[in-house]
Amino acid sequence: MTAIVSVNHLSKHFRDLKAVDDLSFSVNEGDIYGFLGQNGAGKSTTIRMLLTLIEPTDGDIEIMGMNLKTHRKEILRNVGAVIEKPDLYKYLTAQENLSLFAKISGVKVPSHKIKEQLELVGLIDRADSKIKTFSQGMKQRLGIAVALIHDPKLIILDEPVNGLDPQGIADIRNLILQLSRSMGKTVIVSSHLLNEIEIIANRVLIIDRGKKIQEGTATELFDPVNTLVELIVADVASTWEKLQQTPWNNNLYAKEGDTILLRMHRNDIPSLFKTLSSIDVQVYSLSPRHSLEDYFLSITTQNRHVETFAN
Amino acid sequence: MKKWILISCLLITGFSLRAQEVNELLKQVRAKIEKVNDYVASGKMKTNVIFMKVPVASIKVFFKKPNKLKIKNESGISLIPKGSISISLNNVLTEDGYSVLDAGTAKIGSTEVRVIKLLPNDDNNEVVLSTLYIDPVKQLVMKSKTTTKDNGTYELEMSYGKYADYALPDKVIFSFNTKEYKLPKGVTFDYDDGSEKKQPDGKPKKGKVELTYSSYIINKGLEESAFNK
Amino acid sequence: MWKLLQIELFKIYKRPRTYIAFAAVMAIVAVVQVALKYDGKSYIDFMMSGLSDTFEFQNEKVLNGYLVCFIILNTLLIHVPLLVALIAADEVAGEANMGTLRLLVTKPVSRTQLILVKFAASVIYVILLLIWMAVLALLISMLIFGTNDMVVLRNDSFHQMQADDVLWRYIMAFGYATVAMSTVAALSLLLSVFADNAVGPIVATISIVIVLTILSEMNIPLYDKTVKPYLFTSHMVAWKGFFYVKSTEEGETIKGSIENLPAIGKSFFILVAYMFLFVGLAIACFKKKDILS
Repeated sequence: MTAIVSVNHLSKHFRDLKAVDDLSFSVNEGDIYGFLGQNGAGKSTTIRMLLTLIEPTDGDIEIMGMNLKTHRKEILRNVGAVIEKPDLYKYLTAQENLSLFAKISGVKVPSHKIKEQLELVGLIDRADSKIKTFSQGMKQRLGIAVALIHDPKLIILDEPVNGLDPQGIADIRNLILQLSRSMGKTVIVSSHLLNEIEIIANRVLIIDRGKKIQEGTATELFDPVNTLVELIVADVASTWEKLQQTPWNNNLYAKEGDTILLRMHRNDIPSLFKTLSSIDVQVYSLSPRHSLEDYFLSITTQNRHVETFAN
Repeated sequence: MKKWILISCLLITGFSLRAQEVNELLKQVRAKIEKVNDYVASGKMKTNVIFMKVPVASIKVFFKKPNKLKIKNESGISLIPKGSISISLNNVLTEDGYSVLDAGTAKIGSTEVRVIKLLPNDDNNEVVLSTLYIDPVKQLVMKSKTTTKDNGTYELEMSYGKYADYALPDKVIFSFNTKEYKLPKGVTFDYDDGSEKKQPDGKPKKGKVELTYSSYIINKGLEESAFNK
Repeated sequence: MWKLLQIELFKIYKRPRTYIAFAAVMAIVAVVQVALKYDGKSYIDFMMSGLSDTFEFQNEKVLNGYLVCFIILNTLLIHVPLLVALIAADEVAGEANMGTLRLLVTKPVSRTQLILVKFAASVIYVILLLIWMAVLALLISMLIFGTNDMVVLRNDSFHQMQADDVLWRYIMAFGYATVAMSTVAALSLLLSVFADNAVGPIVATISIVIVLTILSEMNIPLYDKTVKPYLFTSHMVAWKGFFYVKSTEEGETIKGSIENLPAIGKSFFILVAYMFLFVGLAIACFKKKDILS
């Protein structure tokens, strides 16, 4: 597997703020590379540096074996991107926007190809509508069509599901999977939603405050063994006590209002449910929690454990 | 006694002879002028005023007795000095209501001319004083100075050619006083090209208009409408 | 490069805002024309008041299409920078605001090219706007008011040129105005680079032009030699120089002459120098700019 993107010791400082701090990672050809971090973690800054929107303070970026500084045009010819909101010329139609960006990208795109793109993102019947009449989801899909119109090898999507309804999120998710699986594109996708990344990415980079926290395959990182499970019950105190009498005692993690948190293997949820009904607990809800904060919490606490042990 | 009478007679007739001579000259000049009932003259007008840049204009001058005069520029724009009416001389010469004063002789070029001053009897007349310089041989006014109440002093210099029999000049130079010209800068929004500007000295300035006639159509009748507008 | 320019022009063509300027020019020109058609006499009386003591003239001949165009340009060209800013200040800031700038900059086009193309598009817009103005202010006025000799009043002199000596002056004047307005466009573009919203650079451009124009037009001896010659606004009115004629010793207008062509040439070069400076700065700043919009 060859690296299509390799980033070495990349930093960006805005005055005193280290938005990105000595970040290194690489993306292989064909990857759906998830870029995970909370808002303000440095995802966008990194992506903007990959796209030459922001000049790095330090470090190197190589894309397709070429240095981004010296071979900017050649590289960008093979990159398509949607950055944050998919803003396009709102006084132009979908078709006009597509052909305009194809031209700027330096490719001649016949009109049937433009129609194909619109078909791919499900906007063929709105080809001649102006963008200002589009919903957020439609704009997002058209933004992806614009990113794809010049047939790039690498596609960079910055928070593509932000602000979308569930149907819109599902559409984008399917589109990204299709790009990778049937069209062989490499996709870098950033999000602050763990869920999203977990579902689509095969490799993941987690950053926090501009620094790399972890990098690896999705299965490595999202270990089902350590899933945090939320249990909402009528009486937290008595349920906690009751569970302490059972083998689940080892999995009890924390109490938060009317919620009890357990750290456990995800596959064990059904048997926990059985136990709960047998000890006569009124359960309102039982589900795995997928929040980045919790994830970070688990990672950082794990790190602390490691540090304590080391000492 | 007879001798004295004779001497005094001679003296009196000598004075009255001179007065008569002048009146006679004026009469002859007037007679020439009176021959013309109307005319249309074509010619060129050149304006020479310190602050003005004006192209030479093709003009037509319309005249009808007793003192109607109109200068028209058939195509372009012409700024006609006020008081140019006096270029016809008619308004000073056709009326009888003035006193004649003999002011001796002078020279214009090489020509000896008679200088005659005309004082209107009517105090309300716009003209205060006219001075005529008349060539007694050709019986033509060569030059005139007219002082008016409101419009300052005008000067006319004339030279004659083909139409001398009608006392119509080929060329007239009309001199007049102009005021200093100044518009506020805020009104004009001029382009200041950085060149030094002459400071106004406040002295009255002379302007000149030169009319050169190429042809006259004389006494062919003229409609009043020519003087409208 | 040509393809990029086409794209920029296509955007300007499609943007509704573009047509505001054309409509505004039409409205102002029409207002002046109607006013002069029905009340031109009193305007001419006012204009010529310094001369009417000494001279008689024909109002209706003085008020002809050539003069009307001159009057319109006098009032209108002060306001055209606003219309130019409306488009040029939007070139970068407007795209930043719309969010398309970041997409544009990720395309295989250098930022230098992007600014040059945007400037070129603004210049073409300026040219079209001035052609539009020439059609309305000159041709239409010529049809309504006819043509005749043209008189131009400066604060200390009166210039008259023959009817057949005017049209070429207008061609030169409109050509010059194109350069002057392109300089404004360059300034707008420069300011546009620093903003993420077009309003700021539009207001800034207009403020700069107004303040400098006031400085240029005020007669303050302290500034006359020190500041004025270096303000680009002092040179924006040099188009009027084409209507200042030379005369002979005897005050006769010399046909086809221009009173002070070297001064116009100098003004022209100062404007071009400012234009290069503004565009150069715009490129330099845009190249360094981190696109965070």
